[in-house]
Amino acid sequence: MTEETFEIVLTVNGVHRAARAPARRLLSDLLRHDLGLTGTHVGCEHGVCGCCTVLLDGEPVRSCLMFAVTASGRAVTTVEGLAGPDGRMSPVQQAFQDCHGLQCGFCTPGFLCTITAFLRDTPRPTDEEILEAVSGNLCRCTGYQNILRSVRRASDLMEES
Amino acid sequence: MSTRMFGEPIARREDPRLLTGQGRFLDDLGRGALAAAFVRSPHAHARVTGIDVADALDVDGLVAIYTWDDLPGRVAEPLPLLIPHPALTHGRTGYALARDVVRHVGEPVAMVVAADRYLAEDAAERVRVGYEPLPAVVGIENAERARDLVHPDVPGNVGAVLLQENGDAPAAIADAPHVLEFRLSIERSASTPLEGRGVYARWDADDGSLRVYSSTQASTSVRAAIAAKLDLPPGKVEVVAPDVGGGFGVKIVHPWPEEVLVPWAARLLGREVKWAEDRREHFVASAHERGQLHDVRVGFDGAGRVLGLDVRILHDHGAYTPYGIIIPIVTSTQLLGPYRIGAYRAEVRSLYTNTLIVTPYRGAGRPQGVFCMERTMDRIAAHLGLDRADVRAANLIQPDEFPYDQGLTFQDGRPLVYDSGDYPELLRRVRDLIGWDAFEGERRAAAARGRRIGIGLGCYVEGTGVGPYEGGHVEIDSAGRVHVSTGLTSQGQGHQTAFAQIAAAELGVPIESVRVTTGDTRRFGYAVGTFASRAAVMSGNAIALACRKVRAKALRIAAEALEADPRDLDVTDGVVHVRGDRSAAVPLATVAVLSNPLRYAFDAQTAAATQFATGRPPSEPPVAPGDEPGLEGRDYYSPVRSTFAAGAHAAIVETDPDTAEIRILRYAVVHDCGRLVNPRIVEGQIHGGVAQGVAGALYERMAYDASGQLLNASFMDFLMPYATEVPAVEIDHLETPSPLNPLGIKGAGEAGVIPVSAVIASAVEDAEGIGIDAMPLSPDALFHLRRTSAAWSAAGTGAGTGAGAEAGSAAGAGAGRRREDDDAGGVARGAGDLNPASPPDPSRGGEPRPGQPGIVPEGEL
Ligand code: FES
Ligand code: FES
Repeated sequence: MTEETFEIVLTVNGVHRAARAPARRLLSDLLRHDLGLTGTHVGCEHGVCGCCTVLLDGEPVRSCLMFAVTASGRAVTTVEGLAGPDGRMSPVQQAFQDCHGLQCGFCTPGFLCTITAFLRDTPRPTDEEILEAVSGNLCRCTGYQNILRSVRRASDLMEES
Repeated sequence: MSTRMFGEPIARREDPRLLTGQGRFLDDLGRGALAAAFVRSPHAHARVTGIDVADALDVDGLVAIYTWDDLPGRVAEPLPLLIPHPALTHGRTGYALARDVVRHVGEPVAMVVAADRYLAEDAAERVRVGYEPLPAVVGIENAERARDLVHPDVPGNVGAVLLQENGDAPAAIADAPHVLEFRLSIERSASTPLEGRGVYARWDADDGSLRVYSSTQASTSVRAAIAAKLDLPPGKVEVVAPDVGGGFGVKIVHPWPEEVLVPWAARLLGREVKWAEDRREHFVASAHERGQLHDVRVGFDGAGRVLGLDVRILHDHGAYTPYGIIIPIVTSTQLLGPYRIGAYRAEVRSLYTNTLIVTPYRGAGRPQGVFCMERTMDRIAAHLGLDRADVRAANLIQPDEFPYDQGLTFQDGRPLVYDSGDYPELLRRVRDLIGWDAFEGERRAAAARGRRIGIGLGCYVEGTGVGPYEGGHVEIDSAGRVHVSTGLTSQGQGHQTAFAQIAAAELGVPIESVRVTTGDTRRFGYAVGTFASRAAVMSGNAIALACRKVRAKALRIAAEALEADPRDLDVTDGVVHVRGDRSAAVPLATVAVLSNPLRYAFDAQTAAATQFATGRPPSEPPVAPGDEPGLEGRDYYSPVRSTFAAGAHAAIVETDPDTAEIRILRYAVVHDCGRLVNPRIVEGQIHGGVAQGVAGALYERMAYDASGQLLNASFMDFLMPYATEVPAVEIDHLETPSPLNPLGIKGAGEAGVIPVSAVIASAVEDAEGIGIDAMPLSPDALFHLRRTSAAWSAAGTGAGTGAGAEAGSAAGAGAGRRREDDDAGGVARGAGDLNPASPPDPSRGGEPRPGQPGIVPEGEL
């Protein structure tokens, strides 16, 4: 049994990428294993943990719940694409370091993508909105307290700049 | 030692890498490696009657399928029992691949290797395994009843009977003015790191060596295990723990079946092979913890002082015992907490069940022990009508009693002797922090608004930094870079930062010049591992000691170069100089060059060093006897015994009168882990620990059905808390240095989780006036408790719990809290005072414990 493969062409972090993969290849696997962008993590492969969250045309999606073929022609941003062109960490990344918003760092890329989109849409959120925004991502290490602080700090950093 | 770096809450140095997607976790490695997948047992207990791989052979990209019959030599033998114990008379371990019988759902039966994971799973699905199901033993009571056996040669399903005894507890209880007796239960939970396990192996045929990456908490021991299993010299096996996405205990077990099989297949096939566990596998094929039942008998005096405590502990260790009986040993010793109690006896029966193995999960048996002791304190308070905090205070070990010998043997095989602490101060501070003394006003105010709130507290002592040793190696290179390595591993604890802080402070170098490597046997071959809150204590001190050696050597060499006395020298910002005179100075980078008599001028630094060429007298060898070239040093820290951290937690909860939902309004932690290396990291550890504690108290359980199927083996059904479920944690630190180690530190990794179930139970009991004996406590469990205890009350057999409140304090709290002037006659049997010093005081009845097996209220007789 040889599996049929498809040409998948998409933009990842602003770069035009192409790969051949079977129809069932998950977007998370394509990013990680075909394109070598291993910053996107996989914690459950059933859409609950949020580790695999990337931005698809700017909106957060769970890349473990999408077939890669369906991302053809779309623009994907992964954690590798969040820093500035000069390599400087984005305000959200910086805030996570400032507030000790990560421990093992496995969940972190998913949080960063989720929060990046959230603060773009809601630059000055209330505490309630922050809690709501991060409450779809699991973290086993931090107890979330410093992640909530990180979102507030990121919002402040963005306002400052 | 300079305190400039040590103790500072600096930002973590590992973060930029992890924040930009540059972390390297197990499954990020080995692109292009073959993928392994496992055929796992769908039955909890069955005989394997046959394995047919014919269908699987059609799968494109299939490379190999292995069953037990294919395994050679030691790979085919049972996996090792890592920690034997004389009490573990019937230890049993499984095989890397099941031999004839499977004993839990998820046990590996066959390994498939294919071009990628998709294809490996395709093939695994097509492997047909014949099973003849056997009766499954599920649940502690069934294991004890032993109608069926997990292992035919283990009578009664009893793996171990362990007795811990100090004094004559039964006699002390018999003589005590008051006696209570009750049963407690704690459900299974699990570490559940977001990254599962994983192994990636590459065989170098030219070199005859193996490199293995494993998502482990013990890379050096994984190396030893693989070397032994594959019959390789240890020097031909390298094991590296890459970035590890959380461990919390589960990744301390080794070797996992997969840790043997993947390297074995890599060597056999001469190809790179990788296996990354998926989430379902992690639920059914790694390890769980926590499940225990406690039957408690306690005797105490009128002030609430415990005179005798006798606990019968039933511990569910699952299908095998690869990690021995560490958990119940910890439970039965750490149960004593910060208290000086009269006589103590604990009898542990560690039982086999047809469920996943049970090995340490953060807390490692302590949460259960603390639940037992703290529930006991609350019951004593309720029984005597005393304040719960006062009862604890009456039992605390006092600061002038250290070192305090509990008269037992701890998990490290050493006497259970507490080194230092100030427990009354911890209790005082947590009362302050949570507002214990003002709470009755809050309760009334809430009640007036129709809200039901309660307060609870709990104390614990945690043995940390268990031996036997950990080592550190420090090398300063000729560019002035400081390379620090230690053998134990990191799973998010910020070792790159904390260890660098220690090294920077010890050596007098800028932290930017320090690089830390952990968990890589290529850099450091001897280590024990990261568990039992031991990393900071053990490797922190070992690194400090290694730094002191290097510093002494640097001063000696620099003294020769500067023609000064080493005692007059100091190191600042990486430069050795005469104290008080920065002009007479030589950088450590130069000292590193000078430390090596071979001085090819590869760089400017080496060339510059020639001006200091001291040389040794021509009559002596260039390297002095006992000296070594290079500016490096290695040392080990091996403590006589563990150091004991402690803490007190308190919480205020609200319960919904209609839905029985439980919300934590406030959570306070006062914590003493000795000197803090980095307070920010320690607080993070506490936050995370409390979150796991809350998870275990309110949400997480392993829902096995009677046939041994784990019904909630996914994140859909296993309720790991999101941000919305975890309270903000208010923290206060006390710093009582440990006298046992040079840095005065104690471990902090597990502190957050340990007393949470006890604290939440205490608070919910206080809010509801219903005895809480079992955790986790879901809304439906609480709802059920309300109904059964209301029925109890209506039957006229119950007495209120009096859970720590003054009469009248909860009058406005609505249903649930009954007053204590009911007929208390029914509680003297089992639940009530079995030794009333005086005729039972109806206002001080014991607690009704609805729904507990074995305790029959008189009204039902
Ligand atoms: S891996 Fe996609 S949500 Fe968990
Ligand atoms: S930092 Fe480890 S899971 Fe979030």
